[in-house]
Amino acid sequence: MVDVLNDLLTVLDSTLRLATPLLLACLAGLFSERAGIFDIGLEGKMLAAAFFSAAVAALTGSVWIGLASGIAASLALSAVHGLASITFRGNQLISGVAINFLAAGMTVLIAQSLFQQGGRTPSLSGQARFNPVDLPFAEQIETVPLLGPIYAELFSGHTILVYAALAMVPLTWWLLYRTRFGLRLRAVGEAPEAVDTAGVSVIRLRFTAVAICGVLCGIAGAYLSTGLQAGFVKDMTAGRGYIALAALIFAKWRPWYALISCLLFGFLQALALRPDLIEKYLFFKVQIQLLDALPYILTVIILAGFVGKAIPPRAGGEPYVKER
Amino acid sequence: MEKMPAWADVVLVPLISLLLAAAISALVIMGIGEDPVAAVKMMVSGALGSTYGWGYTLYYATNFMFTGLAVSVAFHAKMFNIGGEGQAMIGGLGVALMALFIPWPHWSLALIFCSIGGAVFGALWALIPAILQAKRGSHIVITTIMFNFMAAALLNYLLVSILRPVKSMDPATASFPEPTHLPTLHDLLMPLGIEFSKSAPANVSLLLALAAAVFVWVLIWRTRLGYALRAFGHSDTAAQYAGINPVKITILAMLISGGLAGMMAVNTTLGEAERLVLNATEGAGFIGIAVALMGRSHPFGVVLASILFGFLYQGGAELALWTSIPRELIVVIQALVILFTGALDNMVRMPIERLFIALRGSGDRDG
Repeated sequence: MVDVLNDLLTVLDSTLRLATPLLLACLAGLFSERAGIFDIGLEGKMLAAAFFSAAVAALTGSVWIGLASGIAASLALSAVHGLASITFRGNQLISGVAINFLAAGMTVLIAQSLFQQGGRTPSLSGQARFNPVDLPFAEQIETVPLLGPIYAELFSGHTILVYAALAMVPLTWWLLYRTRFGLRLRAVGEAPEAVDTAGVSVIRLRFTAVAICGVLCGIAGAYLSTGLQAGFVKDMTAGRGYIALAALIFAKWRPWYALISCLLFGFLQALALRPDLIEKYLFFKVQIQLLDALPYILTVIILAGFVGKAIPPRAGGEPYVKER
Repeated sequence: MEKMPAWADVVLVPLISLLLAAAISALVIMGIGEDPVAAVKMMVSGALGSTYGWGYTLYYATNFMFTGLAVSVAFHAKMFNIGGEGQAMIGGLGVALMALFIPWPHWSLALIFCSIGGAVFGALWALIPAILQAKRGSHIVITTIMFNFMAAALLNYLLVSILRPVKSMDPATASFPEPTHLPTLHDLLMPLGIEFSKSAPANVSLLLALAAAVFVWVLIWRTRLGYALRAFGHSDTAAQYAGINPVKITILAMLISGGLAGMMAVNTTLGEAERLVLNATEGAGFIGIAVALMGRSHPFGVVLASILFGFLYQGGAELALWTSIPRELIVVIQALVILFTGALDNMVRMPIERLFIALRGSGDRDG
């Protein structure tokens, strides 16, 4: 029994850690897409942020300066996306594709030129990365049966960014559904002409949304290279931006559901790391490749409308042209 | 009245976009402490200075022609098929199954049937996203991205667990039998008395790619289906009013697009590796996007853009070999081309349009 609990806690613990970058990127996408700007460049922004936070943290020895640089890099790419899709009314999907490739190429080029380690940054340690935070009383109640280990193992001992990501969910909900800004943001994704008629700037709102998206992607990327791992390696986002996009559709563009879908996809990733546990408890072998593909398969099923229809914001992907 | 002459739209705008992309690439090269002029010289001599270099340039170009044509056909129907990568991977499976399990007596038969195999598999991989787009309105971009990842997972599973020969460590199929090996450009040009490098991988698939370009041209501009496709791309409501079935057009466009992407595998799998390996596509599916944007979705433009990207690819490989500039430089250039010719198109176009309108205005006054 203790054995089962331990295994379960290990998997859930890594679920939480793996879900964090997905959740941050998913909420990032939520802000952007709710404002009517499709963003398939989440992957690229995360990758750029992962590199710049690790590189600057390695050079300065401070993870906080690293985080700030990661966010700045992600914001710079957001600015390109905003310029292309809002100012010049270009194709948002093509802009996203370009951003992903730009990040994939530039990170390796700069990493190679700065560190000459085949597109990596040096390993980070000490103050140069986010270290686990012990929640209060974790040690004292660890001996309490059941609740003790759950609190100490599962909830305590994560980096500050994990808790920040979890806190972003109610914050996003509050911002979207309980503030004037949120109302306008949602409106600009559904009926920008109505927002315009009300005398509110569509362009400013959309740029704000794209900037929030950049900040959140920046934190997600920084978490990858300075929290989850200790340094940047080439292509380290490994499709997480696209999984976050899938989670966003799965959640039908709503914050609390985003948490649930990111935890689900994080759980699948955690399972893929421990195929031995699946065999131990389910008595059959599951192909790791199937677990890898499952988030995508689930998303296609959702998109197909078999489990309720996923309807994106109505004005999504359409550049806004003022009526003359 | 047109805002600017056709030549400006077809030649001037893409050329300026390309120059912008090139200028920023040069800045990037300088930024990492290298000399852009020396880099370009090395790329030109490495990719175009010998028949060996040309052999690689044309080999890569062949891949990009197929994927670029695939993206173009979908673009004409106003769909963005970002799944060329996955369709080419699964196309590779079709090619490999044809080449492995049927004993072809001669390469020409193998070429024909492997092409069909690749096209059918690639088309089938595009079918579900197409149906979902046509009948359920699920966005084709999202579904094709998802299908790229599924294709990678599926191929990984098949190559590791099913198709890998016993005792082999590589996740790859067995080598294809001797008679299926395609003639290279060396073999083809020899009878004509032209000496071409023996070790370069460009092969007869290049001719297949050029034929595909002609096919796409005829399809888009000389057939009823192509007309329906373009009409649907311009305005789906008008097309429906004219009696064009949107479901049928969407599915057909995606099938043709997926089929073309799948045929790319003939070049990489049957022509070069002579077995199916993991990551045989090497991102060519995505370069198809850059190539289609640059070539303005016209087969002739796609062929030219493919050769340019083939040059960049081979030149980039030479740079990575002889200098400290990593191969990823090509990815940056590719991103800049997509950015300037695709997403930031209006940034270049609007000032030029204004310029032409101003010129015309002053001309009118003079006359």
